[in-house]
Amino acid sequence: MATDVVMPQMGESIAEGTIVRWIKHVGDPIDKDEPLFEISTDKVDAEIPSPGAGVLVEIKVKEGETVPVNSVVAVIGAAGDKTSSAGVTSPAAPAPPVPPVAPAALASPATPASPAPPASPVPAGPPAEPATLDDLRRLRSSPVVRKIAKEHGVDIGQINGTGIAGRVTKRDITAFIDSGAAARPATAPAAGRPTPVGPPPPAFQPGENVRLEKMGVMRKKIAEHMVMSIHTSPHVYSAYEIDFSRIDQIRQNKKAEYEAAGAKLTYTAFIAKATVDTIRQFPFSNASIDGDTIVYKRDVNLGIAVALEQGLIVPVIKNADERNMLGLCRAIQDLAQRARTKQLKPEEVQGGTFTITNPGIFGALFGLPIISQPQVAILGVGSVDKRVVVVDDMIAVRPMCYMTLGYDHRLIDGADAGRFLLALKDRLQNFDESEV
Amino acid sequence: MTLSSQPAARTRLSVLRWGVVDYADGLERQKALVEERRAGRIGDTLVLLEHPPVITLGVKTRGKSTNILASPADLEREGVPVFETGRGGDVTYHGPGQLVGYPIFDLNPDRRDVHRYVRDLEQALILALAEFGVEAGRVQGLTGVWVGPAGREEKIGAIGVRISRWITSHGFALNVGTDLSRFGLIVPCGIADHGVTSLERVLGRPVPMPDVRDAVVRGFERAFGTA
Repeated sequence: MATDVVMPQMGESIAEGTIVRWIKHVGDPIDKDEPLFEISTDKVDAEIPSPGAGVLVEIKVKEGETVPVNSVVAVIGAAGDKTSSAGVTSPAAPAPPVPPVAPAALASPATPASPAPPASPVPAGPPAEPATLDDLRRLRSSPVVRKIAKEHGVDIGQINGTGIAGRVTKRDITAFIDSGAAARPATAPAAGRPTPVGPPPPAFQPGENVRLEKMGVMRKKIAEHMVMSIHTSPHVYSAYEIDFSRIDQIRQNKKAEYEAAGAKLTYTAFIAKATVDTIRQFPFSNASIDGDTIVYKRDVNLGIAVALEQGLIVPVIKNADERNMLGLCRAIQDLAQRARTKQLKPEEVQGGTFTITNPGIFGALFGLPIISQPQVAILGVGSVDKRVVVVDDMIAVRPMCYMTLGYDHRLIDGADAGRFLLALKDRLQNFDESEV
Repeated sequence: MTLSSQPAARTRLSVLRWGVVDYADGLERQKALVEERRAGRIGDTLVLLEHPPVITLGVKTRGKSTNILASPADLEREGVPVFETGRGGDVTYHGPGQLVGYPIFDLNPDRRDVHRYVRDLEQALILALAEFGVEAGRVQGLTGVWVGPAGREEKIGAIGVRISRWITSHGFALNVGTDLSRFGLIVPCGIADHGVTSLERVLGRPVPMPDVRDAVVRGFERAFGTA
């Protein structure tokens, strides 16, 4: 009789664990309570004892891998049991076999549930590749998830897994069931409802020449936020071209004055000033959506994206509309500097109501940025380059800049965005020098 | 402590003050205590000690120690040996002036939560530091005890724990008067963008180690409710 060894729950708030070392190897005899493997979580390394006595028949999770709590990591068999012929890390049959929910999967030759004798002797060697992504998914989900799926008659393949390698976690399946999606027939999604997104194809095939690297916290957060945002807001973009001649001129005139005051008069400061004034004029640009309610924010908290060596961060200038040019210059300089040296306080990257991002820094003509939720608009600033333009039917050379507004079409229509950008353009091209 | 047969054994905390102990030697003696605790021959025990200069690597670093900045030759010249240990966490430095604590606690059956245990360890050190008027705290996502303004915290207490069948070992290292330049040999705990500090540096005056030991014992009794 086989005993499943599962990733233990090491604490209430702990959802997964990383196996750092197998103390026993496949084929080793083991006693109940004898140390079997070591796991690591946070700053704690723990030695996990065997739940039963027998022989370690199979190791399902390799050293260095992280799996959710309650995932089967190994199987212990009775003393006489044969070890898995496929070797240590075969993606072997999940035990106990669960009758697949989708009838189509029954026909799949890779479903290792049927005990029927094979028609021809199975050749020794690696086990057959699972035939479909569904199978992969099923093989990868934990017994708990499979049990829940069976109880609720849910096809795991329908669920978008957030676990490792797209695995469906317990939370995914309970959320799926709670959402009522399970009750809807998969073939006829209600109008307007998003069709369940299929699992992405595997990132790599076994044996492919790749290097694996765990995402850092920041990378993971950016990834999660971007996916969430793109699924939340239908993004639309409008682009305007803005003549920076006047700003250039004002900047030349005032640069020394600002330097004397210890501040740098940058394009960003001009753009920030014109933007907050435009936001004041169009409250829809400084809003959020809460169900079917529009939340207009009275404070203008301007986020300015700063690229870091790895990743990016968006420090926020609180009440940016209450600052004059010098105040904005100082705030931008200070936040950008501290963003790069990682000295921002948590509250300094929170509470933004509108974001400016500047792909132009890297030479991009324009960018199509993704909205930082729960905001509804984001301004992308392109590079300022001298271009040949037509002014009063004459050809002129002017410093030009493309600006794009990415906006949430649930709230903002093209005409609104046009009015916003036109007003912004007007402010920048006819910048009020008395403000500087 | 002769309350062995009682589950109440853990309601009293035994404290062992070992003085300065060689790291390898300390490891052996610690192991023996873990066995004693498992067998129920002793109750929850807190060992307080100091180590001669040594760099230790947590399990996470096994085989790869990119967070040691000094070359092997540097380390040899400085007389700092490198040890691989079974605790959690990355790389750290121990040396004179640093109070090291090995709590040998049995978390079975009612305290089986490693996060809670780590948070309690932090709490014990925070309480001890408060006795010296130092306001220490936690930094979200970075285990350990920190001082300084938000965003610019420096680590004053490091934590690395091993749990074997719910018996704890290893524990914490609190910088009292540690020679902080020695941390220049490593990236402490693999966290590159935060500094380290010590109680004496924060206070700007020398602090007697026995006073810190006593404060830490009181911190443990309060944080773990073992008074």
